[in-house]
Amino acid sequence: MSSEVYERIRRNPKFDQLVSRRSSFAWMLTAVVLGLYFIFIMIVAFKPMLLATPIWTGGVASIAWPIGAGLILLFWLMTGLYIRRANGEFDDLNSQIIKEAVE
Amino acid sequence: MNTRRFLQFTAVMMALGWVGLAVAAPDVGQAQKQAINIHAIVMFFIFVAATLGITYWAAQRTKTASDYYAAGGGITGTQNGLAIAGDYMSAATLLGLTSMTYFQGFDGYIYCICFYVGWPFIMFIMAERLRNLGKFTFADITSYRLDQRSVRTIAAIGSLTVVVFYLIAQMVGAGQLIKLLFGLEYWMAVVIVGVLMVVYVTFGGMIATTWVQIIKACLLLGGGTLVMLLAFSRFGFSLETLATQAVANSKKGLALMAPGAFLSDPVTAVSLSLGLMFGTAGLPHILMRFFTVPNAKEARKSVFIATLCVGFFFTAVAIMGLAAVTIVGTDPQYFEGGNLAGKLLGGNNMPAMHLAHAVGGNLMLGFLSAVAFATILAVVAGLALAGASAISHDLYANVIRRGQATEAEAIRVSKMSSLGLGVVAVLLGIVFEKQNVAFMVGLAFGVAASCNFPVLILSMYWKGLTTRGAIWGSVAGLVSAVLIVVLSKSVWVSVLGNATPIFPYEQPAIFSMPLAFFFAWLGSTLDTSARATAEKEAFEDQYVRAQTGFGAAGAAAH
Repeated sequence: MSSEVYERIRRNPKFDQLVSRRSSFAWMLTAVVLGLYFIFIMIVAFKPMLLATPIWTGGVASIAWPIGAGLILLFWLMTGLYIRRANGEFDDLNSQIIKEAVE
Repeated sequence: MNTRRFLQFTAVMMALGWVGLAVAAPDVGQAQKQAINIHAIVMFFIFVAATLGITYWAAQRTKTASDYYAAGGGITGTQNGLAIAGDYMSAATLLGLTSMTYFQGFDGYIYCICFYVGWPFIMFIMAERLRNLGKFTFADITSYRLDQRSVRTIAAIGSLTVVVFYLIAQMVGAGQLIKLLFGLEYWMAVVIVGVLMVVYVTFGGMIATTWVQIIKACLLLGGGTLVMLLAFSRFGFSLETLATQAVANSKKGLALMAPGAFLSDPVTAVSLSLGLMFGTAGLPHILMRFFTVPNAKEARKSVFIATLCVGFFFTAVAIMGLAAVTIVGTDPQYFEGGNLAGKLLGGNNMPAMHLAHAVGGNLMLGFLSAVAFATILAVVAGLALAGASAISHDLYANVIRRGQATEAEAIRVSKMSSLGLGVVAVLLGIVFEKQNVAFMVGLAFGVAASCNFPVLILSMYWKGLTTRGAIWGSVAGLVSAVLIVVLSKSVWVSVLGNATPIFPYEQPAIFSMPLAFFFAWLGSTLDTSARATAEKEAFEDQYVRAQTGFGAAGAAAH
């Protein structure tokens, strides 16, 4: 379609910058999410009674629930973290690159 | 690894899979027909009237093919986020996960977390590229630099397989659920669902389908939250009180507070979780949602909103389940014959509904039942639209007419296809009334994970993919997934009545996904034709578009 524009974008050093910054950020977040998830599943599998620890001494409610809710909240916040950089820094860089290529 | 731990681990993995089936299709079994529920029916009619109004409004706005298939790219990130969350939160999520927490305690919440974890992954790895490369269907992406006709044909076959099996499973689930909640005849429920589905899709296209999904998501979130708050207030919003009473009133006692254990085999378990996670990323009706927003920014925002809604809803559902242990579990009116040790009225999926009745009376029960019905409608509408798009946009416009069809022709074919899908879904829904359709959901997810997902992700990330590789990979995934399900216990024994299964495992993903990837690699590597070289070169431009969104549909004006 617009092969020439694509060629110009590709040759722009900012493009490499964008791609490497964005993908390393995305893969890092993926690794953190999968890592935490994996740790959680391992605890569930091999140390389930650890999660049965009461929140309050002598209480019944276990730490499992707030930990679960915490994971859900944390994963959501991480998608927020990604958006913050992607919709700000990365998109700004992106529109600069496109502008320079179209001119 | 000692044996006990190993068994527990496998049990957990198995459980991840089980909930998948429970969540994907409301398997309420052979439901007992209940007394006619007037509140539910009235509220359901209000919902239907509102959605038909929206369909009329949407029909006025649906002029071009882009309007019809992708709502003209005019859905905002927040709206789309709600719609995606709506696609994910089915009636079965509400019923199945509440029930699981009610019976198993924390295990129910573990399932929620396992379902949820796919979302950040979709956000980081897929959302942006899907939006930047796609137009109307995911085949737009897989065929982007490959041979249009063959790659689209196989993608359409993959989509339609998923859609038809998923649709039948939903239809049968809908019939049983509605018989249970509304006291209507099974066939009436199936026909009502089928007719409304066709009306939404035929007249309102993606705009109506999206808005029906958004309304339903809000109703489900609102209704679920309300029931959860009313129930939680009985415990003074104290987790400790809630937990103490649940433990005191449950047969499982303190075991509610920790991960439990089921017995199972690891292969099935891992296979199911693979199929669910990557199946979600290969479901055509979910993928289509990424094409309804104007740009990558809004696509990201929609995953953010969807993740929030799904996470919140799962947590609310877990609290409902725990509260139901005390509120429903100690009230004889919710048990057969008033016997607290016996079965729950209406079956094991009913804690959410009984809880709604306990905290909000018939009005709340009616409301939640109406929401459950609305939920099924919204999901089948999305499926029908995805199927109709595969037929009209991929098969008709691009394969049969080689891209020469006018927009009006494509839309007309799409409308006829949705009518056809509606008829097929209703007929098969009635035919399969007495069948156990759980295998169909497994099949739908298996095919989505094995036929659609591998080629989709390779086409976005791997330069070396060629047409031959894409075809080999898709066919290998499709054939192996279908064969494994047919030769396994779920079809070979349960449906065809043979004594022993030929293949020992019921879940295909762990076998069929690697096969699909392997054949996609093999086919691409062996392909040394001039066309293959050109296809690999074309990856460069595609890569720039995937990264920057330059040239993306609907975003060119930016």
